[in-house]
Amino acid sequence: MSKYLLRRALISIPVLIGISAVLFTILALAPGDPFEELATNPNVPAEVRTNLRAKFGLDDPLPVRYARWVIAMLRGDWGFSFLSRVDVDTLILQRLPVTLVVLGSALLLAIMIAIPIGTYSALRPYSIFDQVATTFAFIGFSLPTFFTGLLFILLFSIYLDWLPFIYRADIGASGWRWYWEHLRQSIMPVAVLGLFQAAAMTRFMRAAVLDVIRLDYVNTARAKGLSERATLVKHVVRNALIPVVTLVALQIPSIFGGAIVTEQIFRVPGIGSLLISSILANDTPVVMAVTFVYSALVVASNLAADLLYGWLDPRISYR
Amino acid sequence: MEERELRALIGQVKAGTLSRRRFVQTMVGLGLTAPMAAQMLASAGVAQAQTKWTFNPSKRGGGALVKTLWWQAPTLLNPHFATGTKDQDASRVFYEPLGSYDPDGNIVPMLAADVPSVQNGQVARDGTSVTWHLKKNVVWHDGKPFTADDVVFNWEYVMDSATAAVSVGNYRDIARIDKLDSHTVKIVFKSSTPFWSSPFCGPYGMIIPKHLFQAYKGDKSREAPNNLKPIGTGPFRFVDFKPGDLVRAELNPNYHIPNRPFFDALEMKGGGDAISAARAVIQTGEFDYAWNMQVEDEILKRMEQGGRGRADIVAGGNIEHIQLNNTDPWTEVDGERSSIKTRHPFLTDLAVRQALNVLVDRGSVQEQIYGRTGIATANFVNAPSRFVSKNTTWAFDIDRANQILDGAGWKRGADGIRAKDGKKLKVVYQTSINALRQKTQQIVKQACARTGIDVELKAVTANVYFSSDPANADTYSHFSTDIQMYTTTMIEPDPQRFLDQFTSWEIASKENKWQGRNITRWRNDELDRIWKAAGAEMDPVKRAALLVKMNDLVIQNIVVVPVVFRPRVAAISNRMRDVVQSGWDSDFWAIAYWSKHA
Repeated sequence: MSKYLLRRALISIPVLIGISAVLFTILALAPGDPFEELATNPNVPAEVRTNLRAKFGLDDPLPVRYARWVIAMLRGDWGFSFLSRVDVDTLILQRLPVTLVVLGSALLLAIMIAIPIGTYSALRPYSIFDQVATTFAFIGFSLPTFFTGLLFILLFSIYLDWLPFIYRADIGASGWRWYWEHLRQSIMPVAVLGLFQAAAMTRFMRAAVLDVIRLDYVNTARAKGLSERATLVKHVVRNALIPVVTLVALQIPSIFGGAIVTEQIFRVPGIGSLLISSILANDTPVVMAVTFVYSALVVASNLAADLLYGWLDPRISYR
Repeated sequence: MEERELRALIGQVKAGTLSRRRFVQTMVGLGLTAPMAAQMLASAGVAQAQTKWTFNPSKRGGGALVKTLWWQAPTLLNPHFATGTKDQDASRVFYEPLGSYDPDGNIVPMLAADVPSVQNGQVARDGTSVTWHLKKNVVWHDGKPFTADDVVFNWEYVMDSATAAVSVGNYRDIARIDKLDSHTVKIVFKSSTPFWSSPFCGPYGMIIPKHLFQAYKGDKSREAPNNLKPIGTGPFRFVDFKPGDLVRAELNPNYHIPNRPFFDALEMKGGGDAISAARAVIQTGEFDYAWNMQVEDEILKRMEQGGRGRADIVAGGNIEHIQLNNTDPWTEVDGERSSIKTRHPFLTDLAVRQALNVLVDRGSVQEQIYGRTGIATANFVNAPSRFVSKNTTWAFDIDRANQILDGAGWKRGADGIRAKDGKKLKVVYQTSINALRQKTQQIVKQACARTGIDVELKAVTANVYFSSDPANADTYSHFSTDIQMYTTTMIEPDPQRFLDQFTSWEIASKENKWQGRNITRWRNDELDRIWKAAGAEMDPVKRAALLVKMNDLVIQNIVVVPVVFRPRVAAISNRMRDVVQSGWDSDFWAIAYWSKHA
């Protein structure tokens, strides 16, 4: 087991290096300059921009810049943002909690919706309930989050005027009001992300339960006189969850991806909106760091999916 | 308008037959800026109007929280590092300049005790120095007193090239700063400087404390902890800052202006897009103020019907204009297109330029595209009033264009396109990708087609077009097409630096990596001479006449075709009071005076 883990960890190193090299090259080839706004401003002499470029090493050849970035990264130095002149790790750490809270609640919401509905649909396949659930699931994962986000804003903020559509991480209130305000502003982004995931997850759950429920050991459980409830919870759902858990772990990177757009729409100050604003501003060190965090997440969640699978299903062994 | 006529007008103001306000408006009509008009009156002995912006009295505190929204988020809070107005605005909550510019461009003292002028002897007659008296009761948020040392330090800080301050352009004409006493400084310029308020006033004039930044001058400037935790003199104290997201501030109980500010706390949220920002203020009322509404007027009007907020429009120095290339973009000389060694085959013909000038239907562009957010204009300098030329007019007249071209010998060919000496009137018209600009391109193209000028439209993504990449020929400064259109910005209330984009030494070329500001590559000895004369002329009236003359030269020679001037648009909640915008300063220039209806 630990040998397997070590091997996987070692394999992921060249993968990460490859990803970073590709990212760096693409960013360097893309047009734009972090100090563009200075160039079009008549009040700022051209030397200021040239000085800044030289000072931040933007005029060096690409391989030199990449090597410098890798060496700094190995030493744990993530560099600093050209725009805010703040260390990148500080920026990311500032944003990460918000992203995790929003994504975590969305995932929780998705699970809370998907597992009961998926199970119930599978117990009565092709019933009215199943048909309705299936229809909604298809609508759910066909509609992109940026679209449902805008629809929600239009409906709940503009027509009904119930919810705020601008997320504020720091709310100047305390006690119950603080929780209340947070809840109100989180409803829309969490619902948009959560419902999107729930749609796909419901389908997974339904398929998995359908597979399991026909197996002989379920009949055995019923035959030995277990109540329907106990059969369902202890024997059916538990086993059906094995593939679902793996799928959820594999989905995590795409959830982060979906969150980028949602964060932008609701102005949630997470790492997704940090990524977008840095891309727009050509702030290379921040873009590199955030995308690097994302790619590390992909690699890590793949590994986690494999490990979880073995843990849930002892028949699988690692070599 | 000549100097003599200007003097006559000023005489009328003095005699009371012409209102001060009317005079300023007239001058704006002439292509001058309002601050310059005010200077002219002041020099003629007409007393400076007490700031017209009489703010409602209020008491300190009790206004709860004011929520503002910037769709580009501030990334740092050191005014000398500000990469955009968003950073300047965020810094302005905490820091103050010696003086701010009001909507008419007058100087309103902030950290200064009074406004220097030639009359009160604080501005030298030859314009080589200015003496500022500082307010004496000002303390930094940490309790240390604000003194002349801080002013001197800011100049030293900015001038250290290792600091890499973006504000250096406003300070480099200073030869030295003498500290006369603890609260008086004398700024000595290298030469006559009619625009003596350029350093220490307006958005580039904010002053940072010496005691916190002196250890971080030069190379170590990035490491200053106060780059992100400002300690200023402003109406609000720092609470919290998340770069790219949120600025939080609270009332400064020791603020030097009595009974201000009204609000107990301020929040400046960043990010998102302009339309939803407008919505949050005008439609849902979630926020009180939003900056820079680059939103189609029609959408703004629809939102305003809800009655919760409004779009506030104030004249500034932005002009959407079409530039005509004086050099040949289709011939490469020494690896450079649009090289100054070439001449454009037909755009150098005044007749063609005149025809193009009457083919731009500014009226339709304003009516159909920009609405209140773009006003048709014939002038390149549109504000402040004293610099705005009255000598120019615009018209849209296809028959006239046909006449001009017929008269100049441009004959229609079999394909309907005019030609002369084998040169066809085929024009490539480029701009950035932007729905409003593409619509404008269409309007111009249609009018040209009816006159026998073939227009090919080209749109470049804004990232590339406005970049300063010397290797990319599609940037606006390379100007590799016949004509192009974009908005240029006059940031200061003095058009001198703005007008340097027509001087011959600023011509963009391969040699200066296309960083020169003269994009049209137009050369005119008279303009060069007038520009230099205006830079040293201390008599505001003579100077205004010179600056108007420069605008007229540019318009009469049709170096550029102005389309619309674009005022600044902010979204303001109807609950807010005294949110006065100035086109010449930060959105927060009067933040201390903002208040809310009960």
